[in-house]
Amino acid sequence: MSDLLKSYRFREEREADWERLDLIVKRAERRGVKALSNEEMLALPRLYRQAVSSLSVARAISLDQNVISYLETLCTKAYFFVYGTRTTLGERIAAFFRKDWPDAVRAAWGPTLLSAACLFGAGAIAFILCMIDMDWFWSLHAPGLTGERTPDATTEYLRSTLYSDANDAEGFLTAFAAQLFSHNSGIALFAFALGFMFGAPTALLLAYNGVVLGSFYALFWSRGLGYELTGWLLIHGVTELFAIVLAGAAGFMIGGAAAFPGEKSRMASARDTGQSAALVAVGAVVMLFFAALLEGFGRQLINSDVIRYGIAGATAAIWGLYFYMPRQRDRAPA
Amino acid sequence: MSETTLSAQEALDAARRRRARLAVEQQSQKYARDLMTPEGAALRLRIATASERAGAFLIDLTIMILALILGVISIIWVVGQLGFEGLALGSTLLSLFVFALRNFYFVSFELGRRAATPGKRVLGLRVAARDGGRLTANAVFARNFLREVEVFLPLQFLVFGLGDDAVNGWIALFGFAWSGLFLFFPIFNRDKLRAGDLIAGTWVIHAPKITLDKDVAVAAQRRKTASTLGGYTFSPAQLDVYGIHELHVLENVLRKSSTDVREAVADRIRKKIGWNASPGEDDRIFLEAYYAALRRHLEQKLILGKRKVDKFDRS
Repeated sequence: MSDLLKSYRFREEREADWERLDLIVKRAERRGVKALSNEEMLALPRLYRQAVSSLSVARAISLDQNVISYLETLCTKAYFFVYGTRTTLGERIAAFFRKDWPDAVRAAWGPTLLSAACLFGAGAIAFILCMIDMDWFWSLHAPGLTGERTPDATTEYLRSTLYSDANDAEGFLTAFAAQLFSHNSGIALFAFALGFMFGAPTALLLAYNGVVLGSFYALFWSRGLGYELTGWLLIHGVTELFAIVLAGAAGFMIGGAAAFPGEKSRMASARDTGQSAALVAVGAVVMLFFAALLEGFGRQLINSDVIRYGIAGATAAIWGLYFYMPRQRDRAPA
Repeated sequence: MSETTLSAQEALDAARRRRARLAVEQQSQKYARDLMTPEGAALRLRIATASERAGAFLIDLTIMILALILGVISIIWVVGQLGFEGLALGSTLLSLFVFALRNFYFVSFELGRRAATPGKRVLGLRVAARDGGRLTANAVFARNFLREVEVFLPLQFLVFGLGDDAVNGWIALFGFAWSGLFLFFPIFNRDKLRAGDLIAGTWVIHAPKITLDKDVAVAAQRRKTASTLGGYTFSPAQLDVYGIHELHVLENVLRKSSTDVREAVADRIRKKIGWNASPGEDDRIFLEAYYAALRRHLEQKLILGKRKVDKFDRS
């Protein structure tokens, strides 16, 4: 048997280990790390290192294509497994709520202010314009957007839209909430994604929503319904507007990183910021989910202005403390 | 000796074929990236081409549309059971389902252990972090949320822009062209990155399934010791005719080809090296024997630091 090729003898001696590694990694990919026995877990790093060194040697001595490409894929697969992430989905979600999300939001205070300025600034301008001349309302709104709630409607009608009868078909509330949620979340993710174009479309989207809000507000304000509308709006609006501001902030983060990379390369800058911006955007979707619940159920079922203001204040306090309360860190951030 | 029998035309053809082959090899080198592992070994990754990525996306899109149809049918069924009362529930379920499908189909699969959607898995692709580190959940979220702009925005311009008046048509066209820049982003960069990949620090690489097959050279040796055909000894001159490229082609022929192809290849090699076939010689055994001898010859040279790339390599 001394007649055998050197490269074959090399392969023959290690083949069993390669196949064992292949089996372990395949099993782990299919059924998770928990499917591995202790023995296999112990063997894994050794087998992996051996495969990697086999690959280096095989490249130098073997001309068997199949062996080299097999080792190449085996090592890549094992590399991603050995150095890959092994947290479970539950742990990830827990870390998201406990640390990652509030941290990302707190760090993004600058873009958050900018985003709020776009939304509320445009809202204020629209409000002032409409207060001066209500005809502006027609220019600022696409027809049909606010239904019957236009300057042509009576004050009584406008008031009635702010409160609902207990006899309303409750089934439709849930449908309404779900639709609001998917609509608003769509806008939030869109605001984030548009940030990639240096943030300009994000600013437009925010300003547009601000204009709709501001002119709407002016309509009710001019009829002396400002106090009631504020309650109607803020019971969920604290959460919803905050979420939209944060989604816009996420958009500005990536836009800013791409436009003003500073000392880093543009690519590196976009990459470093993109991930925490995505966190903020996911968080905004979570907030919109709560906002839709408040809007769909809370607002329709609670018709007292005082309680509406109370809930608005409570949600503002909760989100404010959750995001911005300084907290002690037992470990240095990883 | 065989060189002299080649006509000038044949030599020209051979040279042209070689240039074409080298060009193809160079092209495929453009997709190779070396990843240094902490052990100090370089893993060669292959980046997915733009067309492979588009293919994977189309498969995923098809799956999503099928899922949507199934979802709608089952929701209609539920609503049908409940009567009018179920209508609100049905529309709730539908809007949540569409939202989840649109935003979390890609995310949930790429967060999985294989880091690939079904479409990517079919084409043997996976998502990986560009720096070779961990693929984090944030990266997966970031790369997929940008799909809103890359895919759904151009679609919106395309769908809602048609059939309206001329001005809206123009706006839609410009909108589509502008958002199309992001759709076709992968074509315009070296790493075939989507805008989402750029933001997330990820890329899509090949992760094919390759099995370890029997060594062709050993099959030959086993058969040689078993049979009476011991006469396969090749002279160094006969082994110097070919290089590594031809060896690899021969390996593929032995692994995959039909008898016809083997016969043609065997005849060609016999002619080229001046081998006198004994009567009744089996093509397969001849090819295996020649493969084994050639590989031994070339591997010996390799160990001494000489890499004979192909038959034209005379260094």
